[in-house]
Amino acid sequence: MTQPGHPAAFRTDEPIVSLFEVTKRFPGVVANDSVSLDLWPGEVHVLLGENGAGKSTLIGMLSGIQTPDSGAILVDGREQVIDTPARALELGIGTVFQHAMLVPSLTVVENIALGGPAWSRPDKRGIAARMAEVCAGIGVRVDPHAPVGSLSLGEQQQVEIVRALMRGSRVLVLDEATAMLTPKGSEELGALMRRLVARGLAVVFITHKLNEALAFGHRISVLRLGRKVGEITPDRLTALTPQVVTAEVVRLMFGSDAASAGTASGPERQPFAGGAPVLEISGLAVDDEAVPLADVDLTVAAGEIVGIAGIDGNGQKQFAEAVAGQRPLRQGRIDLDGRPIAALAIGERHRRGLRYVTDDRLGEGTVAAFPVSLNLLLKRVGDDLFWAGGLERSGPIADHARRLVAEYDVRTPGVETPIGKLSGGNIQKALLARELSGEARAVIFAKPTYGLDVQNIRASRRRIREAADRGLAVILISTDLEEVLELSDRIAVMSQGRIVGMVANDRSARLRVGELMSGVAT
Amino acid sequence: MSALFTEAFLTALILGAVTAGLPLMLAGLGEQISEKAGVLNIGLEGMMLIGAYGGFLVAYGSGSIWLGFLAGAVGGAAVAAVMAVLCVGLGLNQIVIGIALTLGAEGMTALQHHFQFAQSYPRLPAVPTLPIPGLSSLPVIGPALFDRPAIVYLAVAAVAVTSWVFRRTHLGLALQAAGDKPAALDAAGVGVVAIRSAAVLTAGALAGLGGAFMSEVGAGIFVPFMTNGAGFIGIVLAMLARGHPLWLLCGAVLFGACLSITTALQVAGVDIPTDVIQMLPFATVLLILILFGRRAALPPALGVHYVRGAR
Repeated sequence: MTQPGHPAAFRTDEPIVSLFEVTKRFPGVVANDSVSLDLWPGEVHVLLGENGAGKSTLIGMLSGIQTPDSGAILVDGREQVIDTPARALELGIGTVFQHAMLVPSLTVVENIALGGPAWSRPDKRGIAARMAEVCAGIGVRVDPHAPVGSLSLGEQQQVEIVRALMRGSRVLVLDEATAMLTPKGSEELGALMRRLVARGLAVVFITHKLNEALAFGHRISVLRLGRKVGEITPDRLTALTPQVVTAEVVRLMFGSDAASAGTASGPERQPFAGGAPVLEISGLAVDDEAVPLADVDLTVAAGEIVGIAGIDGNGQKQFAEAVAGQRPLRQGRIDLDGRPIAALAIGERHRRGLRYVTDDRLGEGTVAAFPVSLNLLLKRVGDDLFWAGGLERSGPIADHARRLVAEYDVRTPGVETPIGKLSGGNIQKALLARELSGEARAVIFAKPTYGLDVQNIRASRRRIREAADRGLAVILISTDLEEVLELSDRIAVMSQGRIVGMVANDRSARLRVGELMSGVAT
Repeated sequence: MSALFTEAFLTALILGAVTAGLPLMLAGLGEQISEKAGVLNIGLEGMMLIGAYGGFLVAYGSGSIWLGFLAGAVGGAAVAAVMAVLCVGLGLNQIVIGIALTLGAEGMTALQHHFQFAQSYPRLPAVPTLPIPGLSSLPVIGPALFDRPAIVYLAVAAVAVTSWVFRRTHLGLALQAAGDKPAALDAAGVGVVAIRSAAVLTAGALAGLGGAFMSEVGAGIFVPFMTNGAGFIGIVLAMLARGHPLWLLCGAVLFGACLSITTALQVAGVDIPTDVIQMLPFATVLLILILFGRRAALPPALGVHYVRGAR
């Protein structure tokens, strides 16, 4: 990781935008508590913080989607009220949101023309020409007449950056801009940010990835639970070694207790010693409009964790659903403990010990309006233990639920509470309880920590380790490379519906997996 | 059957197709604009009925056919204004409100009509036509297409104008964005509520005008429930036309032909039970939906209330 030097040429006496003690409350939470922040020209200002730290609210206030309850926003030293996105644009603050704010059915130029005077004709040629100019200036290449829906996410981001510049933005806010990009795409975006600030812009880069913060940022502010808990100035950032900065940022983000471990959920697992194959998948092919699967072979032994890494949407979901029985196969075999299960229904696979912890916790994982107790039995409805001749036996159902709730530490007012009322972390705990209890043999985890806070991430990862230590065969599908590297024994990389490589999780794994994910290696 | 395709039959068929299809076209055009902006307007039928009643009443009272059309459009827009406030502004369910507006308009017009015209059934005089020099003397299509009331030409012009707005103006882009990705429109500094409200009001005005055309030009009289599902056929047409106003024009003429074929067959002296023939438009709707309905493409944000900042 290199420390980019601070481009002193644009250093002026005042920041372009200053947030002064802004506070924003939502019912029951203080999303931002007296946060002050300066955005200087020529700087990439990184906002670091985990989920729920208040990053999105802060950007919302900069971009006119939300207004602060108290505090002030100063632009060029004058207090301004930014109450609409249009006002933010007028003041020169352009925002690129995590989810592209482009209309997929319109072309690039049409998207840029959006918002012009109603009855006039969009000057597509003129826009394309000005776009080409801006693109050349910052070194990106975009086809102005391509429908936005046909562009990759990285290209869509570039379009948004170009658009913001064409509208005269001096401050560019990039919200979780690298979340959906390949490692290579992230590198390119980092280089682009540096070219932008070299032209005198101020860039705000929001992320929860530490390595990107260090690689791309000139100044780092850390948010935690709605408060700004620290700022590392450019001088210090250049003076300190990356290791020292990392330690300080981790301490700021997670509190001192987590500084040593980060999100690590416990001691390292003992290296996997080898075991009998439990789940054997061969020649799996699945039809799908978006990402069909082909030739997927995977064998997982008892006690082994095989991570499946890859950019989101490369067939991971289709794979998990096919193995769990939620999708028909076109061809291929799935054997559990040496016996074919590909022809069996979902419930039968569950009974044989195949478990699937879905990432769609509220959609397919649970029925929000059902009580916790029934959700814990969702795949066993009709089971003789809990249903007698089709009628619920409320006693055993409640006992079963109370036992699992205690064992898996599900924080719920009671087992009769509708599960939809629980937090995401507790719903995940209930799902883990359902899938890991009983006679499990093999478990598929799909993005098990997606959208959870750090406590629940740790708890979930601990469960995954424990499952493997109990002798279960574990498939861990995750788009978080750190998670895959932390937990897996072997790592398969999935790309466009195929497994493009299998890597043992050693010291060179990160590089190899990164190459496979971005398509550099074959 | 070769005797069927006489000049008289063809003239009657096309004439009737235009007369019956024009209200469908206006309603469908309104629905298309509304749907493009992301608002599903199930209240179209009610807006047409209010337009039909208001148009008839004002034309009858004032003696001016044009004041009648104006009243029809204003009446339709007034119903649409309720929809805009409830659905676009407050975010209530578009389908429920649409059904309520249709049922309300049906009851209200029937009741009003009962009190005002219980004793007499006044008819409006035939609407004068505006022959287009040269074209109107062509055989068959001359009298059927080019010797019609001026409102017919204006309605066709509205299709062209809408097509131009969709394809050539910033407003067209804004409408598309409001139905496809309203957050992007908002971020571009255009008010989503304003664009959607304008679209809903325009739809109401067009549907109201269509209704007024039915009562003033088509029938010359107002009869309770006279729109008889035309608003719903308009919704179907808008879905099938997939955002192309010109397709809508063709579709409306086709459906109009189905609706008017009874008259044409009587002219030709063919004896088929009218009940069978009256099923034709609805059977056509089903057939076309089976054949092409799967290809109907609706905007992703259709029927979804937009709240800034909600994801």
